[in-house]
Amino acid sequence: MSKKQEMATRRQFIRQTGCCLCALAWPARADVPLFEARYYEKLPHRKIRCSLCPRRCVIDDLERGYCGVRENRGGVYYSLVYGQVVSAHIDPIEKKPLFHFLPSARAFSIATAGCNVFCKFCQNWEISQSRPEQIPATFLPPPQVVRLAKDKSCPVIAYTYNEPVIFTEYMYDIAVQGRSLGVRSVMISNGYIEPQPMRDLCKVLHAVKIDLKAFSERFYKELVSGQLRPVLDTLVLLREENMWTEIVYLVIPGQNDDRKELTGMCRWIAAELGPEVPVHFTRFHPMYRLANVPATPLATLTMARKIGLDAGLHYVYTGNLPGDEGENTYCPNCHKQVIHRFGYTILENRIQNGRCPDCRALLAGVWE
Amino acid sequence: MTAIPGVGVRGFFLPTQAGSVCSEAAYRFMFTPMNRRKFFQTAGALAAAWPVGGTGQQSAEARVVLATAEGVRNRNRSVLSAPLQRLLDSAMESYFQVKAGQAWKSLVRPNDVVGLKVNTLAGRGLSTHPELVEAVCERLQEAGVAANRIVIWDRLNRDLERAGYKICTSGPSPRCYGNDVCGYTQQVYEFGAAASRISRLVVETCTVLINLPILKDHGIVGASAGLKNFFGAIDNPNKYHDATGDPYVADVNRLDPIRRKHRLTICDALTAQYEGGPPFMAQWSWPMNSLLVSADLPALDRIGWELIDEKRQQMKLPTLKQAGREPRYILTAADARHGLGIADRERIRLIRCTL
Repeated sequence: MSKKQEMATRRQFIRQTGCCLCALAWPARADVPLFEARYYEKLPHRKIRCSLCPRRCVIDDLERGYCGVRENRGGVYYSLVYGQVVSAHIDPIEKKPLFHFLPSARAFSIATAGCNVFCKFCQNWEISQSRPEQIPATFLPPPQVVRLAKDKSCPVIAYTYNEPVIFTEYMYDIAVQGRSLGVRSVMISNGYIEPQPMRDLCKVLHAVKIDLKAFSERFYKELVSGQLRPVLDTLVLLREENMWTEIVYLVIPGQNDDRKELTGMCRWIAAELGPEVPVHFTRFHPMYRLANVPATPLATLTMARKIGLDAGLHYVYTGNLPGDEGENTYCPNCHKQVIHRFGYTILENRIQNGRCPDCRALLAGVWE
Repeated sequence: MTAIPGVGVRGFFLPTQAGSVCSEAAYRFMFTPMNRRKFFQTAGALAAAWPVGGTGQQSAEARVVLATAEGVRNRNRSVLSAPLQRLLDSAMESYFQVKAGQAWKSLVRPNDVVGLKVNTLAGRGLSTHPELVEAVCERLQEAGVAANRIVIWDRLNRDLERAGYKICTSGPSPRCYGNDVCGYTQQVYEFGAAASRISRLVVETCTVLINLPILKDHGIVGASAGLKNFFGAIDNPNKYHDATGDPYVADVNRLDPIRRKHRLTICDALTAQYEGGPPFMAQWSWPMNSLLVSADLPALDRIGWELIDEKRQQMKLPTLKQAGREPRYILTAADARHGLGIADRERIRLIRCTL
């Protein structure tokens, strides 16, 4: 690499990560600003019932919901994370992963503190399982987020890293602003949300990635502290709303890698959502409270991918396996490779106007 | 003299080993000069009073003192310091069966840093009374603990201030601050369903915890007293309110730093609440004018649950079980896996004393 090229790269790097560093350098807050939540009902004796996620927490005065970022103060329910960004970064959209949505687009990715589930295998538990006052944050109002995305040449804003459902008001307002300025919004979510807020979000979002963590209530109860049914309902709702959706399934050895479970899930997706929904089977690495569980064997991921293809799904991927053939996109009609990937990098994209260049078959996705 | 299961060879030969409150008591027996009579008095009292502190072994019986003094308030219903001090002394003497001063000396050493975990979420109406905390601080100082080695704490400065406490982080007087000042450990502590970061004050600062909860109804977990109060020691209590807090409350109390450092619970039942908790609801609170004392957390909570249910029945309300929020976490805390004490009512001796 020439010196000139090296300089350019460094400059680009500094530009891209500037906002991230800015967020990290921000001091911890003694208290956090309040923003009235949008989804709740008032109950007698200053109680409230949250109607954002299926937990429907009933919360007494001065208490918080399960997510830890919404608080009842005197019978009024507040979000404590509106505009409170704890992490900001520019990622390739493939990292989300969204493989059929603006390939190789730069996604301005943001997160706040908090989450409405309690996964034992969370990769980002240091932010997702924290309360807002525990993490340094910077205040980024919606117009500023959109402006930063545009300044950094990001056509997409991704709500990611922690669970964006818990900052739904903030996400919604950014997405509205983004729409008016031509910046698209994608939600990277566990799908643990009530129908009404999800329908409202569908009006402003452009794509959603859902972490379907397993296909059994047992897993959801024991490892997620949640329920499977509402997540499936969300997937169906997204289908009804014609929202571009991709599914990620983190395969954890001994927990959700049973052949029958995988077969049942793939058949359900094909029947209820359609075969064109991309499904990503990703590799688990020992993490958080499952640090004693080994990484997913390659053979398991290959098996899962085969199960998906056998169930009739058109786009089944393996993830966290750079260089694996399961990272590539193949035309479901002629089976020729149309996108060649290595990790999050696209080495070759042969798609032309959303079609296979060889057989002209239409490929599902949002390509431009 | 009642035998002390769990205090034996290990306690005396490995006096400083972490994980056993009994071993530290034994340490004091060995290294504090005392005559034979004093030794037997103190050892006898401790033997009778002290539970095993969550070592997995359980003594035959737990003791809980319920001390009541109608004269603890003036005509304006304000709590009076002098009668409260007498009530506290009386409760300690009934529990430890020695003079109050001696009881306190058996609990703490001069080089301890003593954390007083108060409960201040509900504001002035239903928080640990500052007058009680003041009385405890006085007795701790008489037992040889310097004022600035006492830390009054709860989750947030905001809550402490609303309950009438003054934040203090330096100087010669007792410290008083929230976890928001000291923060939480990086390490996640786990037991059962609980996985939490713990207040650095608990893990790094204090060597002894004295629990000063209040007695109240709780809309989700049924009843809140000693066990539930340690939700204030962790960073994520919001994750543990499902299934009426069972087994979460028990699991949190089993987290090593909490279990190991807890010495005694003095439950402030001067004002108690039988419905509408955890926030203060004047219409459902009553001046019980009592303190509950025990080193056995499940036993104390079991009695607290009983007292709330008695009051609820008196006020024609369904019991907590009938209301669908039986605090089963109390029973779980006493099971073989948790071993935090005794919750079987047949094995709890309730000692009432009235001034």
